[in-house]
Amino acid sequence: MRIGVITFPGSLDDRDAQRAIRIAGATPVALWHGEHDLKGVDAIVLPGGFSYGDYLRAGAIASHAPIMAEVIDAANKGVPVLGICNGFQMLAEARLVPGAHTRNAHQQFIRRDQKLRVENVATDWTNNYSAGAEIIIPLKNADGRYVADAETIKRVEGEGQVVFRYVDVNPNGSMNDIAGVSNERGNVVGLMPHPEHAVEEGFGPDTSLAMSSGTDGLAFFTSAIRTLTAAV
Amino acid sequence: MPTIVVEVMPKAELLDPQGKAVAASLARLGKSQFTGVRIGKRFEVTVEGAVDAATLAELRELAVDMFSNSVIEDVVEITVDGVVATDLDLTVAGETH
Repeated sequence: MRIGVITFPGSLDDRDAQRAIRIAGATPVALWHGEHDLKGVDAIVLPGGFSYGDYLRAGAIASHAPIMAEVIDAANKGVPVLGICNGFQMLAEARLVPGAHTRNAHQQFIRRDQKLRVENVATDWTNNYSAGAEIIIPLKNADGRYVADAETIKRVEGEGQVVFRYVDVNPNGSMNDIAGVSNERGNVVGLMPHPEHAVEEGFGPDTSLAMSSGTDGLAFFTSAIRTLTAAV
Repeated sequence: MPTIVVEVMPKAELLDPQGKAVAASLARLGKSQFTGVRIGKRFEVTVEGAVDAATLAELRELAVDMFSNSVIEDVVEITVDGVVATDLDLTVAGETH
């Protein structure tokens, strides 16, 4: 099972995503924004960071990168695609998921270990979670406020496309506490928090058991592997 | 060389945190007669050659698809060398606009 991670100018968490894929049991494949080559990968991760320094709008310039033509094509054919933070912003800018992002309502960058509820466990990236599971993974962004018009919000809520919701604290003022959404088919998922930073004990968020022991993000990647295994 | 100016504003119904922060600062300065601020973007695009209807149509498409995101922003005005685009009388081969 080969999962590609695309590096854009300004990507920060591409290697963390590769590591998460490896820990989950698949083979990470480094992909480059300027090429038109997905190297035959089975799934794709758009990693976090600040591509193009967030110029124009976060994710906007990267969403027009050469490789995005292939990503959009693959997404429309059902290939699992996960967008994390800046990757989520790219998915929204590329119209692969509904909605858009604006600056955090409080106007500041925020970093915290964030509690989320998994609202949809039928997507390609969440099928290893139990329904309604509450997880804690790191969040770190300045432009994380998810917005859409009233009609779109009603539709994504009605169709189960809200995949993650912030619990206890809404860190950026997103509409309906939305932390992540999917496309209609459920193969494309985007979220602001970072599952790839919570995959290995000793390097994750604190838990009640031990410091840095949180691995709640690992099931994103094992879910994709399960999806791909089931499809073979 | 002609310059096309595109102005983009956040949608009126959306919170504009930058504008809100500036408005709050004005209030602190005692300039409370200025009650609201909204902050948008201005793009100045230099064009090689004359601006005809086709160039303007292409730029308009870019303004909507790339310079702005219609989910959160509106293109409020496009001007060519200071003239509002909709007021321009441009002709393209075999076609009058």
